[in-house]
Amino acid sequence: MSEKEIKSLEDIFDAKIANDEKIEPRDWMPEKYRQTHIRQISQHAHSEIVGMLPEGNWITRAPSLRRKVALLAKVQDEAGHGLYLYSACETLGISREELYDQLHTGKAKYSSIFNYPTLTWADMGAIGWLVDGAAIINQVPLCNTSFGPYARAMVRVCKEESFHQRQGYEIMLTLCNGTQEQKDMAQDALNRWWWPSLMMFGPTDDKSTHTAQSMKWKLKRKTNDELRQQFVDQTVPQADLLGLTVPDKDLKYNNDTGHYEFGEINWDEFWQVVKGYGKCNKERINARKNAWNNGEWVRNAAMAYAEKEAERKAKQAV
Amino acid sequence: MKKNWPLWEVFVRSKNGLEHRHFGSLHAPDAEIAINNARDVYTRRKEGVSIWVVESKHITASNPDDNSELFDPAEDKAYRHPTFYTLPDEVKHM
Repeated sequence: MSEKEIKSLEDIFDAKIANDEKIEPRDWMPEKYRQTHIRQISQHAHSEIVGMLPEGNWITRAPSLRRKVALLAKVQDEAGHGLYLYSACETLGISREELYDQLHTGKAKYSSIFNYPTLTWADMGAIGWLVDGAAIINQVPLCNTSFGPYARAMVRVCKEESFHQRQGYEIMLTLCNGTQEQKDMAQDALNRWWWPSLMMFGPTDDKSTHTAQSMKWKLKRKTNDELRQQFVDQTVPQADLLGLTVPDKDLKYNNDTGHYEFGEINWDEFWQVVKGYGKCNKERINARKNAWNNGEWVRNAAMAYAEKEAERKAKQAV
Repeated sequence: MKKNWPLWEVFVRSKNGLEHRHFGSLHAPDAEIAINNARDVYTRRKEGVSIWVVESKHITASNPDDNSELFDPAEDKAYRHPTFYTLPDEVKHM
């Protein structure tokens, strides 16, 4: 194809998206669109799968059966969300195996929040409330994104996500209505998860490189800073209701703007964790590699059985 | 030996009276496990009463590049729609 032909295809493509039409897997798309979507959707899928690990840590130690079934269901949902997203990503012409390989070799990233450790039961509350709360704010606009399979997967994910946040907040509420020790545990969890949750929205707008292109393709509807502000505005009153203190001495409500002003985020910490030097980066990747490698014989056995059965049926049919 | 599980397309009937609808895809070694996995992946909240799975390689899809040949012929056939026909107002329900 000549450059001129590609240019005109691109114009038609851009017009389609501007017109709120969806792009489906077999439609023509610019190579950059395909690559950007493979990167973002796979990163999203990996985040769901790695996101099971910090919470999996507490399933056997949940304080009651009610909490245990809820946590199990939540972790199972995350497995499901990862699978919806991996299959959406595969429609772009990359195999599941390549995707896992990119995760295991560190070529693909996942949300840095999962590189923080879960030290107490209150972390299950804080993660549901804050981390899933931030994820919902990031994800809801994606239900209208331009790539059909991604948008459809996100509709399903968002429908299921709200229980995750509510069960987390309920855990926090129960702890805050408990003994002083329990309340302290809830405060400690908020102290540790608050700032990493704000970092989940990514670098500030002036440092964010992909925003303009992502806006055009509807991978983003609002900027990182707008989404972060929305999260702070929505979450601070919820902390007040719990009787907990947000760990930010600069936090104050601005009557004129109707928004909370908040302190400077530690971006050095953010980049350290992104680059692989967080507390749990190695542990998380090793857990994923082990799960994949130790499960190989099961996958092979199931495949061998399926082939033998198919052969047997073919012989019977003769 | 290294052989990856093939890809399956999953169709779910939400309730009797409705058609099966495409829900997504998944990997499984055979049809039986594909149905079990589809149950866990796509119907954790009673989203369905019946599941179909078909190996993705068995689906033949039309090519979007051929869309004009395939679908444009329907464009100038307004006479296939009821509003094409002019009737007097006295004929109320038709």
